[in-house]
Amino acid sequence: MGIKWDEFFITGDPLILGSQIAILLTMIGAVAGITYLKKWKYLWTEWLTTVDHKKIGIMYIISAVLMFFRGGMDGLLMKAQTSRPEMEFLNSQHYNEIFTTHGVIMILFMAMPFLIGLMNVVIPLQIGARDVAFPQLNALSFWLFFSGAMLFNISFVIGGSPDAGWTSYFPLAGKEFSPGIGNNYYAVALQIAGIGTLMTGINFIVTILKMRTKGMTLMKMPMFTWTTFVTSILIVAAFPIFTVALALMTFDRLYGTHFFTVSGGGMDMLWANLFWLWGHPEVYIVALPAFGIFSEVIATFSRKSLFGYKSMVFSILGIALLSMVVWVHHFYTMGSGPAVNSFFSITTMAIAIPTGVKMFNWLFTMRKGRIKITSAMLWALAFVPCFVIGGVTGVMLAMGAADYQYHNTLFLVAHFHYVLIPGVVFAVFAGLYYWWPKMFGFMLNEKLGKWHFWLFVIGFNVTFMPMFFLGLNGAVRRAYTYSAESGFAPLFMLSAIGSIVLAAGFAVFCYNIYWSIRYADRNISSDPWDARTLEWSTASPVQFYNFAKLPEVKSLDPFWHMKKKNEGLTLHDSEIEEIHMPSNSWLPIYMGVIFGIAGFFLVFEWHIAAAVAGIGIFAGLIIRSFDYNEGFHVSKEEIHRIENAWRKTEGEVHDHVS
Amino acid sequence: MSAKVDTSLPLEYQTEQDRMNILGFWVFLGAEIVLFATLFGVYGVLYERFAGGPTHKDIFVIKDVMIQTVLLLTSSFTMGIAIFEMRRHNLKGLITWLVITLALGAGFLFMEINEFIHYAHEGATMQTSAFLSSLFVLLGTHGAHVTLGIGWATMVIIQLLKRGLTPTTARKTFIIGLYWHFLDVVWIFIFTFVYLKGLVA
Repeated sequence: MGIKWDEFFITGDPLILGSQIAILLTMIGAVAGITYLKKWKYLWTEWLTTVDHKKIGIMYIISAVLMFFRGGMDGLLMKAQTSRPEMEFLNSQHYNEIFTTHGVIMILFMAMPFLIGLMNVVIPLQIGARDVAFPQLNALSFWLFFSGAMLFNISFVIGGSPDAGWTSYFPLAGKEFSPGIGNNYYAVALQIAGIGTLMTGINFIVTILKMRTKGMTLMKMPMFTWTTFVTSILIVAAFPIFTVALALMTFDRLYGTHFFTVSGGGMDMLWANLFWLWGHPEVYIVALPAFGIFSEVIATFSRKSLFGYKSMVFSILGIALLSMVVWVHHFYTMGSGPAVNSFFSITTMAIAIPTGVKMFNWLFTMRKGRIKITSAMLWALAFVPCFVIGGVTGVMLAMGAADYQYHNTLFLVAHFHYVLIPGVVFAVFAGLYYWWPKMFGFMLNEKLGKWHFWLFVIGFNVTFMPMFFLGLNGAVRRAYTYSAESGFAPLFMLSAIGSIVLAAGFAVFCYNIYWSIRYADRNISSDPWDARTLEWSTASPVQFYNFAKLPEVKSLDPFWHMKKKNEGLTLHDSEIEEIHMPSNSWLPIYMGVIFGIAGFFLVFEWHIAAAVAGIGIFAGLIIRSFDYNEGFHVSKEEIHRIENAWRKTEGEVHDHVS
Repeated sequence: MSAKVDTSLPLEYQTEQDRMNILGFWVFLGAEIVLFATLFGVYGVLYERFAGGPTHKDIFVIKDVMIQTVLLLTSSFTMGIAIFEMRRHNLKGLITWLVITLALGAGFLFMEINEFIHYAHEGATMQTSAFLSSLFVLLGTHGAHVTLGIGWATMVIIQLLKRGLTPTTARKTFIIGLYWHFLDVVWIFIFTFVYLKGLVA
């Protein structure tokens, strides 16, 4: 086993020592706080063992905000290091670790859970269902994601961070060139989180296919439901590739196989191909639900039906199909020849067509609409021009021949930040402001929301716009410093200043959450935005069974038409029936913990300990197999009481469509 | 979530939750197809990279592989009979055929482990060359699936003995049946693209 205890905790760097102390104090503080407030039982029964899709969604979102903080700190450290030429704030090794964890955390532990969180909260409500198809599996998905995320996050204080980039290309990521255990964290933690994501994909496919309420045909589904459905299909089609790639990486690093090694007949570019066969669809796995959020927000605040609904659906399907056949554009310089590169150039550029269709549809939705400028709508408005910059530079990069110039420069880095920040981060902020009242029964402060918006958007542009020009001037990515003679200093400085504004925007967002929890008005309607889809037809915060009576859908924007025709809004006592709901379970969190422990041992290559923990995994599976808990029934009286509590309140009249 | 039972359908399809579980498992099998397709792809890239180590012809013993194939294909057939007995509500027949299926599966596993031991004696291990790495991981993944399937089906048999044929136990049996047939399909591809192709190369 060869345990090197002296290398167990990372020592010698004041930044990391500070983090270790901070982590320890936070943990002690959290445990002490919960104990003092006597909240352990509440935490266990209401949250940790819950199978309620809304609570699981909220846990996803909380984790995502925490991960946003971690990934953002990494970003700020990078910007500090490159703010001046020849800075000695971080050494090259530390810089390598930070850009690696920044990338992995932002994509897999921030963007994914943020979107999956919103999907969890919203999708069953939008399709008029009482939960997802497999509620306990849903909880397991969350706990596996959380376990993977925590395992990945402890790497920088215990054992060492992965340092081969978020793409972890071989041969660099192999044992030969990265002998430490850092990259084991990458292989194992992402595997655990990936299994959770795969199960989320399966769960949402079945939920959307089988659990839509009466009358909601596929072409009457809200756009966010459509995008979630297509994203789930992409997850099922792409994540197993990553599962295999990571498993082979684990074998190469732990057991001396020769898949990607330079010796023994291995092929390093095989890793790059497998990685991007998953990695490119992954970009659309995060972008498509974001497009869905914008569609909901723009339609609601333009007070119009979404323009070109059918073309929206077909462009989503087109994007999903194309996303599977563009992966080689990430490494034109591999040298696969002009024919191959041309093919992938063309498929890549073709993605601009369905995406362009969507852009025009959003613009036409707003045309002649009575637009309300709320915080959520602002994010959607800013998304359009910012994302177009990302898209157009994407078409530039798509040209195989020209890409030899842009490859590995900051131009590329600026491009994908212009795609992912407007395309995903703006979307999750829009979605969060929009659905916050549905989740918690009060709104986020709109004034602070606008501060958050302006600081973030201006900061974002000031940070990343200079990087286009730096890249065109030849500044390469992943370089920890540059010389004064290069002339890059002013733009790098500008970019660093922008990142501080960006961070200020995020800080206002956090303050907004705090302020709103303490002071926001609790006495709001369940439909504060005068919205169009079914999630707004029930209480805010949503009662645990979602709908006392499952709604019936006759058209697109069903809730809008229900309000307009004043039908289906009231509930007669005779319509109340007992509701069957699933019971809480301790198994998902147990599985998360045991997977985390087994993964941790595997990272350190303590195989006997990992095998023992592996027995725990099988024990969990066996217990689940013999678990015949059929759930419980909610009595009519309880439903009656809960429904009366919100329906009889002042202002709860659903007839204010003008 | 509804507990409505539609008795006109076969047992395993009678409740909405059971229908969803079966559809969910089909989607999962879709993911499994992608997983094995990737492993086949990797094997297809690396299968002639011997790095001076043994080649296909040096290590493959076609007679043993034929026996393995016959065992596994027969087990798929007996699994089919087991589900047929389930449809006839014949619990005893169902369990008998399930046990026969698992015995054949165990026979297959025994042969596969022997095959691996034989390879190791020939000096062909996972660490020898890229070809052998991809061979062992492809075969090993399939073998691990068979092992898991045997363990899982044993759990289902215990539940059948304890609870008899109910919509839930019938659904569990039906799903393990789907899984078992899937492993058989994967084996046909392994037999064709690994063993036969290796021998004619």
